Amino acid sequence: MADATTQLDGNCLAGPLSEILSVEPTTAWWRCPECARSGPLAELHVYGPEPGLTARCPGCAHIALRLVREGEHIWLTMGGGTGAFRFATSP
Amino acid sequence: MGIAWRRARLLERRSQTATARTLVLTAPDWPGHLPGQHVDVRLTADDGYQAVRSYSLAAPADGDRIELGVQAVDGGEVSPYLTDGLPVGAEVEVRGPLGNWFVWRAEQTEPALLVAGGSGVVPLTAMVRAHRAARSRGPLHLLYSVRSPEDVWYRDHLADGDPLLDVRIMYTRQAPPGSVRPPGRITTADLDEATARLKPASPVYVCGPTGFVEAVDNLLIDRGRDPVTIRTERFG
Ligand SMILES: Cc1cc2nc3c(=O)[nH]c(=O)nc-3n(C[C@H](O)[C@H](O)[C@H](O)COP(=O)(O)OP(=O)(O)OC[C@H]3O[C@@H](n4cnc5c(N)ncnc54)[C@H](O)[C@@H]3O)c2cc1C
Ligand SMILES: [Zn+2]
Repeated sequence: MADATTQLDGNCLAGPLSEILSVEPTTAWWRCPECARSGPLAELHVYGPEPGLTARCPGCAHIALRLVREGEHIWLTMGGGTGAFRFATSP
Repeated sequence: MGIAWRRARLLERRSQTATARTLVLTAPDWPGHLPGQHVDVRLTADDGYQAVRSYSLAAPADGDRIELGVQAVDGGEVSPYLTDGLPVGAEVEVRGPLGNWFVWRAEQTEPALLVAGGSGVVPLTAMVRAHRAARSRGPLHLLYSVRSPEDVWYRDHLADGDPLLDVRIMYTRQAPPGSVRPPGRITTADLDEATARLKPASPVYVCGPTGFVEAVDNLLIDRGRDPVTIRTERFG
Protein backbone atom coordinates (compact mmCIF):
# COMPACT_ATOMS: atom_id res chain seq x y z
CA MET A 1 0.00 0.00 0.00
CA ALA A 2 2.77 2.43 -0.76
CA ASP A 3 1.59 4.94 -3.30
CA ALA A 4 -1.58 6.96 -3.24
CA THR A 5 -3.00 5.36 -6.36
CA THR A 6 -2.81 1.81 -5.03
CA GLN A 7 -6.03 -0.01 -5.54
CA LEU A 8 -6.84 -3.00 -3.39
CA ASP A 9 -10.15 -4.54 -2.46
CA GLY A 10 -12.25 -4.95 0.64
CA ASN A 11 -10.31 -8.08 1.65
CA CYS A 12 -7.61 -5.76 2.96
CA LEU A 13 -10.12 -4.10 5.32
CA ALA A 14 -10.52 -7.30 7.36
CA GLY A 15 -7.65 -6.46 9.72
CA PRO A 16 -8.24 -2.73 10.19
CA LEU A 17 -12.02 -3.13 10.64
CA SER A 18 -11.49 -6.00 13.10
CA GLU A 19 -10.15 -3.39 15.48
CA ILE A 20 -13.58 -1.81 15.84
CA LEU A 21 -16.09 -4.47 14.76
CA SER A 22 -16.86 -7.74 16.49
CA VAL A 23 -18.09 -9.43 13.31
CA GLU A 24 -16.15 -10.52 10.25
CA PRO A 25 -16.50 -7.53 7.94
CA THR A 26 -15.58 -8.82 4.46
CA THR A 27 -18.74 -10.88 4.00
CA ALA A 28 -21.01 -7.98 4.97
CA TRP A 29 -23.47 -7.18 2.19
CA TRP A 30 -23.55 -3.62 0.90
CA ARG A 31 -25.86 -1.84 -1.50
CA CYS A 32 -24.74 1.26 -3.35
CA PRO A 33 -27.19 4.13 -2.86
CA GLU A 34 -25.97 5.67 -6.11
CA CYS A 35 -26.13 2.88 -8.69
CA ALA A 36 -27.97 0.17 -6.70
CA ARG A 37 -25.19 -2.35 -7.26
CA SER A 38 -24.80 -4.75 -4.37
CA GLY A 39 -22.25 -7.24 -3.16
CA PRO A 40 -19.96 -8.11 -0.27
CA LEU A 41 -17.65 -5.59 1.36
CA ALA A 42 -14.73 -7.71 0.05
CA GLU A 43 -15.47 -6.49 -3.46
CA LEU A 44 -15.34 -2.77 -2.79
CA HIS A 45 -12.37 -1.03 -4.38
CA VAL A 46 -10.03 0.26 -1.72
CA TYR A 47 -7.59 3.11 -2.21
CA GLY A 48 -4.76 3.69 0.22
CA PRO A 49 -2.31 3.77 1.69
CA GLU A 50 -2.80 3.44 5.41
CA PRO A 51 -3.41 5.41 7.56
CA GLY A 52 -6.22 6.54 5.26
CA LEU A 53 -8.27 3.97 3.34
CA THR A 54 -11.22 4.81 1.10
CA ALA A 55 -13.58 2.06 -0.06
CA ARG A 56 -15.60 2.78 -3.19
CA CYS A 57 -18.36 1.12 -5.19
CA PRO A 58 -16.79 -1.04 -7.94
CA GLY A 59 -19.54 0.09 -10.29
CA CYS A 60 -19.73 3.86 -9.92
CA ALA A 61 -16.95 4.83 -7.46
CA HIS A 62 -19.42 6.20 -4.91
CA ILE A 63 -17.73 6.22 -1.49
CA ALA A 64 -18.87 3.39 0.77
CA LEU A 65 -16.63 4.14 3.72
CA ARG A 66 -13.46 5.81 4.86
CA LEU A 67 -11.17 4.54 7.57
CA VAL A 68 -8.50 6.83 8.93
CA ARG A 69 -6.09 5.93 11.69
CA GLU A 70 -4.78 8.69 13.90
CA GLY A 71 -2.69 7.57 16.85
CA GLU A 72 -4.90 5.62 19.21
CA HIS A 73 -8.03 6.46 17.26
CA ILE A 74 -9.74 5.18 14.17
CA TRP A 75 -12.10 7.46 12.32
CA LEU A 76 -14.85 5.72 10.37
CA THR A 77 -17.00 7.60 7.89
CA MET A 78 -19.86 5.72 6.30
CA GLY A 79 -20.96 6.84 2.87
CA GLY A 80 -20.16 10.12 1.20
CA GLY A 81 -20.62 12.54 4.06
CA THR A 82 -22.80 11.74 7.01
CA GLY A 83 -20.46 12.59 9.86
CA ALA A 84 -17.71 10.44 11.23
CA PHE A 85 -17.44 7.91 14.03
CA ARG A 86 -14.29 7.98 16.13
CA PHE A 87 -13.32 4.76 17.88
CA ALA A 88 -10.64 4.51 20.53
CA THR A 89 -8.42 1.49 20.01
CA SER A 90 -6.22 -0.22 22.52
CA PRO A 91 -2.55 -0.35 21.46
CA MET B 1 -12.60 -5.47 20.69
CA GLY B 2 -10.72 -6.81 17.75
CA ILE B 3 -8.38 -9.56 16.82
CA ALA B 4 -5.32 -9.35 19.01
CA TRP B 5 -1.80 -9.04 17.72
CA ARG B 6 0.23 -12.03 18.74
CA ARG B 7 3.93 -12.71 18.58
CA ALA B 8 5.05 -15.17 15.94
CA ARG B 9 8.54 -16.60 15.65
CA LEU B 10 10.25 -17.38 12.34
CA LEU B 11 11.03 -21.11 12.39
CA GLU B 12 12.21 -21.70 8.90
CA ARG B 13 12.75 -19.94 5.59
CA ARG B 14 12.82 -21.70 2.22
CA SER B 15 13.46 -20.26 -1.24
CA GLN B 16 10.69 -20.57 -3.79
CA THR B 17 12.39 -18.53 -6.50
CA ALA B 18 15.32 -16.11 -6.56
CA THR B 19 13.15 -13.47 -4.89
CA ALA B 20 10.32 -15.39 -3.19
CA ARG B 21 10.45 -17.21 0.11
CA THR B 22 8.31 -19.48 2.18
CA LEU B 23 8.28 -18.34 5.80
CA VAL B 24 7.21 -20.86 8.40
CA LEU B 25 6.26 -19.20 11.68
CA THR B 26 4.97 -20.45 14.95
CA ALA B 27 2.16 -18.41 16.45
CA PRO B 28 1.27 -19.65 19.96
CA ASP B 29 -2.43 -20.42 20.43
CA TRP B 30 -3.16 -19.93 16.74
CA PRO B 31 -6.92 -20.52 16.39
CA GLY B 32 -6.72 -22.15 12.95
CA HIS B 33 -7.84 -20.73 9.62
CA LEU B 34 -9.53 -21.45 6.31
CA PRO B 35 -7.66 -21.70 3.01
CA GLY B 36 -7.69 -18.27 1.35
CA GLN B 37 -7.45 -16.28 4.57
CA HIS B 38 -4.62 -13.88 5.32
CA VAL B 39 -2.79 -12.33 8.26
CA ASP B 40 -1.59 -8.83 8.85
CA VAL B 41 2.10 -8.75 9.78
CA ARG B 42 3.37 -5.89 11.92
CA LEU B 43 7.01 -4.90 12.23
CA THR B 44 8.21 -2.46 14.87
CA ALA B 45 11.52 -0.63 14.53
CA ASP B 46 13.69 0.27 17.53
CA ASP B 47 12.37 3.83 17.38
CA GLY B 48 8.78 2.62 17.56
CA TYR B 49 7.95 3.08 13.88
CA GLN B 50 5.53 0.40 12.73
CA ALA B 51 4.68 -1.04 9.34
CA VAL B 52 1.77 -3.39 8.65
CA ARG B 53 1.27 -5.51 5.52
CA SER B 54 -1.09 -8.33 4.61
CA TYR B 55 0.14 -11.81 3.64
CA SER B 56 -1.93 -14.80 2.65
CA LEU B 57 -1.64 -18.11 4.45
CA ALA B 58 -0.03 -20.66 2.14
CA ALA B 59 -0.92 -23.86 3.97
CA PRO B 60 -4.02 -25.29 5.63
CA ALA B 61 -4.28 -25.03 9.41
CA ASP B 62 -1.61 -27.02 11.26
CA GLY B 63 -1.59 -26.30 15.01
CA ASP B 64 0.56 -23.31 15.84
CA ARG B 65 2.43 -23.35 12.54
CA ILE B 66 1.55 -20.87 9.84
CA GLU B 67 3.16 -20.57 6.47
CA LEU B 68 3.45 -17.40 4.38
CA GLY B 69 4.74 -16.92 0.84
CA VAL B 70 6.41 -13.57 0.31
CA GLN B 71 7.64 -12.00 -2.91
CA ALA B 72 10.37 -9.38 -2.44
CA VAL B 73 9.07 -6.26 -4.17
CA ASP B 74 11.72 -3.98 -5.66
CA GLY B 75 12.03 -0.90 -3.47
CA GLY B 76 9.42 -2.27 -1.07
CA GLU B 77 9.65 -1.43 2.60
CA VAL B 78 8.52 -4.67 4.22
CA SER B 79 8.72 -7.56 1.75
CA PRO B 80 12.51 -7.56 1.14
CA TYR B 81 13.02 -7.56 4.90
CA LEU B 82 10.73 -10.56 5.31
CA THR B 83 12.31 -12.48 2.43
CA ASP B 84 15.95 -11.85 3.33
CA GLY B 85 16.38 -9.74 6.45
CA LEU B 86 14.36 -11.15 9.33
CA PRO B 87 16.62 -13.68 11.13
CA VAL B 88 15.37 -17.19 11.81
CA GLY B 89 14.31 -17.24 15.46
CA ALA B 90 13.25 -13.59 15.44
CA GLU B 91 9.71 -12.45 16.16
CA VAL B 92 7.14 -10.36 14.34
CA GLU B 93 3.53 -9.70 15.27
CA VAL B 94 0.65 -11.23 13.35
CA ARG B 95 -3.09 -10.60 13.45
CA GLY B 96 -5.51 -13.11 12.05
CA PRO B 97 -6.90 -15.17 10.55
CA LEU B 98 -8.53 -12.46 8.45
CA GLY B 99 -11.16 -12.49 5.72
CA ASN B 100 -14.05 -14.93 5.36
CA TRP B 101 -14.93 -14.00 1.78
CA PHE B 102 -11.97 -15.20 -0.26
CA VAL B 103 -12.05 -18.74 1.15
CA TRP B 104 -12.60 -22.24 -0.13
CA ARG B 105 -14.27 -24.75 2.16
CA ALA B 106 -13.78 -28.51 2.00
CA GLU B 107 -17.58 -28.99 1.89
CA GLN B 108 -17.63 -27.35 -1.53
CA THR B 109 -17.99 -30.12 -4.09
CA GLU B 110 -18.61 -28.13 -7.27
CA PRO B 111 -15.59 -27.91 -9.59
CA ALA B 112 -13.71 -24.68 -8.93
CA LEU B 113 -11.36 -22.58 -11.00
CA LEU B 114 -8.37 -20.88 -9.39
CA VAL B 115 -6.56 -18.18 -11.37
CA ALA B 116 -3.24 -16.93 -10.01
CA GLY B 117 -0.91 -14.20 -11.16
CA GLY B 118 2.56 -14.30 -9.56
CA SER B 119 2.39 -14.22 -5.76
CA GLY B 120 -1.41 -14.57 -6.04
CA VAL B 121 -0.72 -18.29 -6.05
CA VAL B 122 -0.22 -18.21 -2.25
CA PRO B 123 -3.84 -18.38 -1.03
CA LEU B 124 -4.76 -20.60 -3.97
CA THR B 125 -2.04 -23.07 -2.96
CA ALA B 126 -3.57 -23.20 0.51
CA MET B 127 -6.84 -24.16 -1.21
CA VAL B 128 -5.09 -26.85 -3.28
CA ARG B 129 -3.38 -28.27 -0.20
CA ALA B 130 -6.59 -28.20 1.84
CA HIS B 131 -8.45 -29.86 -1.03
CA ARG B 132 -5.96 -32.72 -1.01
CA ALA B 133 -5.87 -33.02 2.78
CA ALA B 134 -9.68 -33.26 2.87
CA ARG B 135 -9.75 -35.72 -0.06
CA SER B 136 -12.36 -33.43 -1.53
CA ARG B 137 -14.24 -34.80 -4.54
CA GLY B 138 -14.73 -31.58 -6.49
CA PRO B 139 -12.06 -31.04 -9.15
CA LEU B 140 -9.87 -27.95 -8.94
CA HIS B 141 -8.44 -26.28 -12.01
CA LEU B 142 -5.55 -23.92 -11.46
CA LEU B 143 -4.40 -21.44 -14.09
CA TYR B 144 -1.15 -19.92 -12.96
CA SER B 145 0.51 -17.04 -14.79
CA VAL B 146 4.25 -16.45 -14.29
CA ARG B 147 6.96 -14.75 -16.30
CA SER B 148 9.28 -17.70 -16.86
CA PRO B 149 9.91 -21.24 -15.59
CA GLU B 150 12.21 -19.84 -12.86
CA ASP B 151 9.27 -17.96 -11.39
CA VAL B 152 7.11 -20.96 -10.54
CA TRP B 153 6.41 -21.35 -6.82
CA TYR B 154 5.27 -24.50 -4.99
CA ARG B 155 6.24 -27.02 -7.68
CA ASP B 156 5.98 -29.85 -5.13
CA HIS B 157 2.50 -28.89 -4.02
CA LEU B 158 1.10 -28.24 -7.45
CA ALA B 159 2.37 -31.20 -9.46
CA ASP B 160 1.96 -34.61 -7.90
CA GLY B 161 -0.37 -36.47 -10.21
CA ASP B 162 -3.56 -35.77 -8.25
CA PRO B 163 -6.30 -36.62 -10.78
CA LEU B 164 -8.66 -34.03 -9.30
CA LEU B 165 -6.15 -31.22 -9.69
CA ASP B 166 -5.45 -29.80 -13.10
CA VAL B 167 -2.66 -27.24 -13.15
CA ARG B 168 -1.94 -25.17 -16.22
CA ILE B 169 1.03 -22.81 -16.09
CA MET B 170 0.92 -19.84 -18.45
CA TYR B 171 4.24 -18.13 -19.15
CA THR B 172 4.12 -14.47 -20.05
CA ARG B 173 7.73 -13.85 -21.17
CA GLN B 174 9.55 -17.10 -21.64
CA ALA B 175 8.05 -20.57 -21.91
CA PRO B 176 10.03 -23.79 -21.39
CA PRO B 177 11.18 -25.59 -24.55
CA GLY B 178 8.43 -27.63 -26.13
CA SER B 179 5.56 -25.51 -24.81
CA VAL B 180 2.59 -25.39 -27.13
CA ARG B 181 1.23 -22.14 -25.74
CA PRO B 182 3.28 -19.16 -26.91
CA PRO B 183 4.44 -16.85 -24.12
CA GLY B 184 1.95 -14.09 -23.41
CA ARG B 185 -0.62 -12.76 -21.03
CA ILE B 186 -3.71 -14.73 -20.15
CA THR B 187 -6.31 -14.69 -22.92
CA THR B 188 -9.92 -15.71 -23.41
CA ALA B 189 -8.66 -18.93 -25.01
CA ASP B 190 -6.86 -19.87 -21.77
CA LEU B 191 -10.04 -19.22 -19.81
CA ASP B 192 -12.47 -20.84 -22.26
CA GLU B 193 -10.93 -24.25 -21.83
CA ALA B 194 -10.94 -23.98 -18.05
CA THR B 195 -14.42 -22.48 -17.69
CA ALA B 196 -15.89 -25.13 -20.03
CA ARG B 197 -15.34 -27.63 -17.23
CA LEU B 198 -17.19 -25.57 -14.64
CA LYS B 199 -20.85 -25.63 -13.67
CA PRO B 200 -22.76 -22.35 -13.96
CA ALA B 201 -22.56 -21.79 -10.21
CA SER B 202 -18.97 -23.01 -9.79
CA PRO B 203 -16.80 -20.54 -7.94
CA VAL B 204 -13.84 -18.86 -9.61
CA TYR B 205 -11.09 -17.46 -7.37
CA VAL B 206 -8.78 -14.86 -8.89
CA CYS B 207 -5.76 -13.53 -7.04
CA GLY B 208 -2.70 -11.51 -7.90
CA PRO B 209 -1.58 -7.98 -8.69
CA THR B 210 -4.45 -5.54 -9.18
CA GLY B 211 -3.92 -5.25 -12.94
CA PHE B 212 -3.94 -9.00 -13.38
CA VAL B 213 -7.09 -9.48 -11.30
CA GLU B 214 -8.86 -6.72 -13.20
CA ALA B 215 -7.91 -8.22 -16.57
CA VAL B 216 -9.06 -11.73 -15.65
CA ASP B 217 -12.27 -10.44 -14.09
CA ASN B 218 -13.08 -8.55 -17.30
CA LEU B 219 -12.27 -11.53 -19.52
CA LEU B 220 -14.51 -13.77 -17.44
CA ILE B 221 -17.40 -11.33 -17.50
CA ASP B 222 -16.97 -10.78 -21.25
CA ARG B 223 -17.26 -14.55 -21.65
CA GLY B 224 -20.61 -14.41 -19.88
CA ARG B 225 -19.52 -15.73 -16.48
CA ASP B 226 -21.97 -14.66 -13.77
CA PRO B 227 -20.06 -12.03 -11.69
CA VAL B 228 -21.61 -13.48 -8.54
CA THR B 229 -19.48 -16.62 -9.01
CA ILE B 230 -16.19 -14.68 -9.19
CA ARG B 231 -14.25 -13.95 -6.01
CA THR B 232 -11.21 -11.75 -6.30
CA GLU B 233 -8.34 -10.69 -4.10
CA ARG B 234 -6.07 -7.85 -5.16
CA PHE B 235 -2.52 -7.71 -3.82
CA GLY B 236 -1.87 -4.14 -5.00
C1 LIG C 1 -5.17 -9.32 1.36
C2 LIG C 1 -3.73 -9.25 0.84
C3 LIG C 1 -2.96 -10.41 0.80
C4 LIG C 1 -1.63 -10.36 0.33
N1 LIG C 1 -0.90 -11.53 0.29
C5 LIG C 1 0.39 -11.49 -0.16
C6 LIG C 1 1.16 -12.70 -0.23
O1 LIG C 1 0.69 -13.79 0.11
N2 LIG C 1 2.44 -12.61 -0.69
C7 LIG C 1 3.00 -11.42 -1.08
O2 LIG C 1 4.18 -11.42 -1.46
N3 LIG C 1 2.28 -10.27 -1.02
C8 LIG C 1 1.00 -10.27 -0.56
N4 LIG C 1 0.28 -9.10 -0.50
C9 LIG C 1 0.96 -7.82 -0.81
C10 LIG C 1 1.69 -7.33 0.45
O3 LIG C 1 0.73 -6.98 1.44
C11 LIG C 1 2.56 -6.06 0.22
O4 LIG C 1 1.80 -5.09 -0.42
C12 LIG C 1 3.81 -6.35 -0.59
O5 LIG C 1 4.60 -7.33 0.08
C13 LIG C 1 4.63 -5.08 -0.79
O6 LIG C 1 4.97 -4.55 0.45
P1 LIG C 1 6.31 -3.74 0.66
O7 LIG C 1 6.27 -3.13 2.01
O8 LIG C 1 7.51 -4.57 0.33
O9 LIG C 1 6.22 -2.63 -0.45
P2 LIG C 1 5.77 -1.13 -0.23
O10 LIG C 1 6.82 -0.39 0.51
O11 LIG C 1 4.39 -1.11 0.30
O12 LIG C 1 5.81 -0.69 -1.74
C14 LIG C 1 4.89 -1.21 -2.70
C15 LIG C 1 5.24 -0.67 -4.07
O13 LIG C 1 5.39 0.73 -4.06
C16 LIG C 1 6.68 1.07 -4.54
N5 LIG C 1 7.21 2.16 -3.71
C17 LIG C 1 7.52 2.10 -2.41
N6 LIG C 1 7.95 3.29 -1.97
C18 LIG C 1 7.91 4.11 -3.03
C19 LIG C 1 8.23 5.47 -3.23
N7 LIG C 1 8.68 6.23 -2.24
N8 LIG C 1 8.06 6.00 -4.46
C20 LIG C 1 7.59 5.24 -5.47
N9 LIG C 1 7.26 3.94 -5.34
C21 LIG C 1 7.43 3.40 -4.15
C22 LIG C 1 7.54 -0.12 -4.36
O14 LIG C 1 8.60 -0.14 -5.29
C23 LIG C 1 6.57 -1.20 -4.60
O15 LIG C 1 6.43 -1.44 -5.97
C24 LIG C 1 -1.06 -9.13 -0.08
C25 LIG C 1 -1.85 -7.97 -0.03
C26 LIG C 1 -3.16 -8.02 0.40
C27 LIG C 1 -3.98 -6.75 0.44
ZN1 LIG D 1 -22.35 2.39 -7.17
